[in-house]
Amino acid sequence: MKFGVVVFPGSNCDHDAFYVIDRVMRQPVEWVWHETDQLKGFDAIILPGGFSYGDYLRTGAIARFSPVMKAVRAFAEGGGLVLGICNGFQILCESGLLPGALMRNRGLKFVCRHVYLRTENNALPFTQRLSAGQVLKIPIAHMEGNYYASADTLDELESQGRVVFRYSTPEGAIDEAANPNGAARNIAGICNRAGNVMGMMPHPERASESLLGSADGRGIFESMVKALVSAPSSRLAETVHD
Amino acid sequence: MRARVIVSLKRTVLDPQGKAIHHAIASLGFKTVVGVRQDKVFEIDLNGVQDAGAARSEIERIAREVLTNPVIEEFSFEILE
Repeated sequence: MKFGVVVFPGSNCDHDAFYVIDRVMRQPVEWVWHETDQLKGFDAIILPGGFSYGDYLRTGAIARFSPVMKAVRAFAEGGGLVLGICNGFQILCESGLLPGALMRNRGLKFVCRHVYLRTENNALPFTQRLSAGQVLKIPIAHMEGNYYASADTLDELESQGRVVFRYSTPEGAIDEAANPNGAARNIAGICNRAGNVMGMMPHPERASESLLGSADGRGIFESMVKALVSAPSSRLAETVHD
Repeated sequence: MRARVIVSLKRTVLDPQGKAIHHAIASLGFKTVVGVRQDKVFEIDLNGVQDAGAARSEIERIAREVLTNPVIEEFSFEILE
């Protein structure tokens, strides 16, 4: 099993993600430079948070054209696990690997605090260690986290179980007061149709040890490890190529 | 040759920045302003383009593929000189 953490110019949560895989999950992990154009040998790729390419033009817009994103697209099509966190989620949306877009927060302010998320789908490689409806306490830190998609797309996401996390109260109720950024239908994280690409605005890598105020994010990484133990995706990808 | 591309949020998409600017304008007492939308303007210099038609098709592709996120934005453009 091998994780890769992509480093774009301007990534700043890459070390946190690397640390969690290496020191908390105790799994092999390597850096993946943004100019890399192939991902052979990796089983899971993390697109970390930060301000790739200075967030110029739009968040994630320039990163989308980097060589590594072509490789990430092929990797995802081959069944590899791809987790985009914060700026990583924005990049996945800009790349078209996930639907919708992340807009400026409704309140126009950068919001950095712990929020609560309700788990809406716990059958994914990213969530199988969580229980249905489990509420997680995980921090957000973003200016553009206001998820937007057309009503048709939102309906499709919901009917296919692709809304993975919603902003909620600590008790798991979904209401406007629990929505930190104006995201449509309180959406905090979604996945693609195949369920192997997930994007989320909150930072599970900042909440994987109780010393940091919450270890609730850890379940997401544990889920990925469990999924890879049973079916390493690099093997899946090789099967597809054969 | 030079082109100007204007990228705007779709009308159906809420523009929180435009709204905040509108509030600021209203607080200064400009009572006639009923709405503000904030756009982005790009000025693009071209060299070696054969004619305005070729420039138009090039600029249109650039606007569509790079400058605009079609989920939330739309664009218009003009060839300036």
